[in-house]
Amino acid sequence: MTIYNLHIFDRNGTCLYYVEWNRRKSAGMSQSEEFKLMYGMIHSIKSFVSRISPTDLKDGFLNFKTNRYKLHFYETPSGLKIVINTDLGVGNIRDTLHQIYSNIYVEYVVRNPVCDLDKPITSELFQTKLDEFIRGLPFFPSRIN
Amino acid sequence: MAIFSVYIINKAGGLIYQFDHNHSRPELEKTFAYPLNLMLKIYDDKVVVAFGECDGIKVGHCVLGINGITAEGRYLQDGREILEVLSSPENYPINIKFGRQKLSTNEKIMLASMFHSLFTIGSQLSPEPRSSGIELLETDVFKLHCHQTMTGIKFIVIADPRQTGVDVFLKRLYEIYADFALKNPFYSLDMPIRCDLFDTNLQQTIEQTERQGINTV
Repeated sequence: MTIYNLHIFDRNGTCLYYVEWNRRKSAGMSQSEEFKLMYGMIHSIKSFVSRISPTDLKDGFLNFKTNRYKLHFYETPSGLKIVINTDLGVGNIRDTLHQIYSNIYVEYVVRNPVCDLDKPITSELFQTKLDEFIRGLPFFPSRIN
Repeated sequence: MAIFSVYIINKAGGLIYQFDHNHSRPELEKTFAYPLNLMLKIYDDKVVVAFGECDGIKVGHCVLGINGITAEGRYLQDGREILEVLSSPENYPINIKFGRQKLSTNEKIMLASMFHSLFTIGSQLSPEPRSSGIELLETDVFKLHCHQTMTGIKFIVIADPRQTGVDVFLKRLYEIYADFALKNPFYSLDMPIRCDLFDTNLQQTIEQTERQGINTV
């Protein structure tokens, strides 16, 4: 099991933070283009899902799978979006995504008066705490390359 | 336990078949006094609840009828505009029927081509090489299963999250397509499927899958 990468988007579609761990294929485009494509895809999936759904949604879109990876999505009521790509063996990690938001983003970005909320996150404390948290997860790596 | 609907998309992203399995969309009727405690707005030529959820009426539900008269878009069947009827106090108390809006054929075609591109982007953004497109998309009320054949046709099934045996069903769907659409001499490739045998066989398989889903629980 492994985690490939993580995106954090704000409600306007700005990519606040991006980090990757075991990624083996790049998208073949510049990073800013890739962020736009990723946000556009998430945004379209949300609208697609709300329209095609036979009944009313509560949480809405949770995750999707291809034959190679699984994309997990979490959105707060304020519109902050966390997207994590993992391999297929990882189950439901909604709690983990919520912990990233409440224990790391809120603690080290929202409570940091020096951090602008609508600019990419540059705080080193946030970066190390997030990295530590992800590396500590039971489904993080153990894959020997 | 249910299979909600089936979509078949050709390799260009066009919808060539769609089937909604019989499930009733919830409808709610309530009598209101003036002033209305809901905010309504016009969205996509329909009157939709924008704010104020009460008694099961949710944001996103649209007005289906007023005092027993069915709504057609943002007008009533008798030609009056819904928002105008609701804004005049002399029409109250008033009985309004709300429900989730049914997808029109055009919207279904649009959603199908939207999924076609999402499928491609899903594989493009993969962190691993040689990824397929979206095969399973989960939400809290349904799961979307997609199977793409070697020839690029996509079979999409929208089912209850607890429904089992959908993978088998998708393979079976391909078989039915090959047997009753492709072998039909009156069917031209990549065009909408209008074959009776296809319809009946598909319906039988859906019912069979739903029954088996219950047995395995």
